[in-house]
Amino acid sequence: MKTSLKWMVLPFCVCLAVPASAHRAWLLPSTTILSDTGSWITVDAAVSDTLFYFDHNAMRLEGVGSDGPRGERGERGPRGADGPPPGGPGGPPGPRAEGPGGPPGQGPGPGGPRRQMPRQEIAIIAPDGSSVKPENGSVGRFRSTFDIPIDKAGTYKLAVVGDGLSASYMLKGERKRWRGTAESYKSEIPADATDVKVTQQQRRLETFVTAGKPSKEVFKPTGKGLELDPVTHPNDLFAGEAAKFRLLIDGKPAAGARVTVVPGGIRYRDSINEIKATSGDDGIVSITWPEPGMYWMEAVVEDDKAEVPNAKRRASYSATLEVMKP
Amino acid sequence: MRKLLTLGISGIIAGPALSGPSLAAEMKVSIEVPKLDVAEYHRPYVAAWIEKPDGSVAANLSVWYDVKAENKKGNKWLKDLRQWWRRAGRELDMPVDGLSSATRPVGKHPIDLSSSAPALAELQAGDYELVVEAAREVGGRELLRIPFKWPAAAAFSGSAQGKEELGEVALEIKP
Repeated sequence: MKTSLKWMVLPFCVCLAVPASAHRAWLLPSTTILSDTGSWITVDAAVSDTLFYFDHNAMRLEGVGSDGPRGERGERGPRGADGPPPGGPGGPPGPRAEGPGGPPGQGPGPGGPRRQMPRQEIAIIAPDGSSVKPENGSVGRFRSTFDIPIDKAGTYKLAVVGDGLSASYMLKGERKRWRGTAESYKSEIPADATDVKVTQQQRRLETFVTAGKPSKEVFKPTGKGLELDPVTHPNDLFAGEAAKFRLLIDGKPAAGARVTVVPGGIRYRDSINEIKATSGDDGIVSITWPEPGMYWMEAVVEDDKAEVPNAKRRASYSATLEVMKP
Repeated sequence: MRKLLTLGISGIIAGPALSGPSLAAEMKVSIEVPKLDVAEYHRPYVAAWIEKPDGSVAANLSVWYDVKAENKKGNKWLKDLRQWWRRAGRELDMPVDGLSSATRPVGKHPIDLSSSAPALAELQAGDYELVVEAAREVGGRELLRIPFKWPAAAAFSGSAQGKEELGEVALEIKP
């Protein structure tokens, strides 16, 4: 029974866990630069086809919004008042299997009820390293939204971190698929399975907001997966100027990471206008922003350094970055 | 010794230069807030500063903003003075004495600085630009530059004409 439950839920992870699809996951803050503390920002979280429009699915986050009467409401207040602590530096254990849950609050509109993706943990880290809870959260069909009170001077980081395994194997002549964590891997793949192919997906999705002077405390790497070690501060980006970012894999410079940068506003132009780059031996990639606006940046490293033996790893890092007009 | 003497004199008369660079110079800046035909008008936030060739700030001259709003609420739009915010504003804890003052109505507004003013006292000899940036709530933003040499060997005057959020900006330096 336990396994069959997982089977029902796990395929829904695919959209977020495999960014190879046309969809991009992102957090979009209402602003990235604030004059002062004592203000608020609001953030949209979505998985979409075009940037930055709501055209596919809401990104469902722990502590943000309720699932309606048949969802999680009984367990957790809509504002996450007693929600789980944010993932923190170590990151959460990965895509969580949860009950199948009811249909989303909207009910069966055109196209009928939608499948729900599992909730992702979101960490909101204040300039002093403390955790902040998302406020006024809600989940719509196409996006989640939440607010963050900005009461400390410096740079805030918002991070959605995921880490999970997917496998395919042959059992009694049939091709089987499995998803889970490094912990559940050993016990859940049958001993007599053959042709086992395992991939570990490490994912980190971030954005940054600064009140007053930019600070750097939130950039401390966790040493796990692909991370950003900014040379140029991500809230100090200007059109026509080159920004340098160092990519770290497991805390060390990530050489040869494939980086894609896409400007927002795709709906109103013909081509994607993506910028492609590869990090050098020092892990550094340099991006010159053609114009002001919101950008989506993704870096990917594929190697065989998974946490389980004979497995491949795909580590990705993505960020929403605002580029100012000089 | 001569330097000391010059300093002494400049305190009394900001007059004609002795031979060579003088510390007795005087700088006059005039900033015009233009009359605009718009449905919703708020007085612009305006920052004026002196920039070095590398883009860094040599001196802040003035920042006009809603300095009297309760609980520093007027600070909210300071970042809309984008260039000033990047170069100087975000490093400051506004309001700053001698720098911040209230927004100005339509018209020409002078800023007079003698060389002994804190903003100019530390200014090394070299090439600079006077930068004036204006941003208006529910409106646009404009930035003007006037290059100059400090200290001036002879009387200098320069000006720049804004198109949207600024009128004429004028700079006069007396050696």
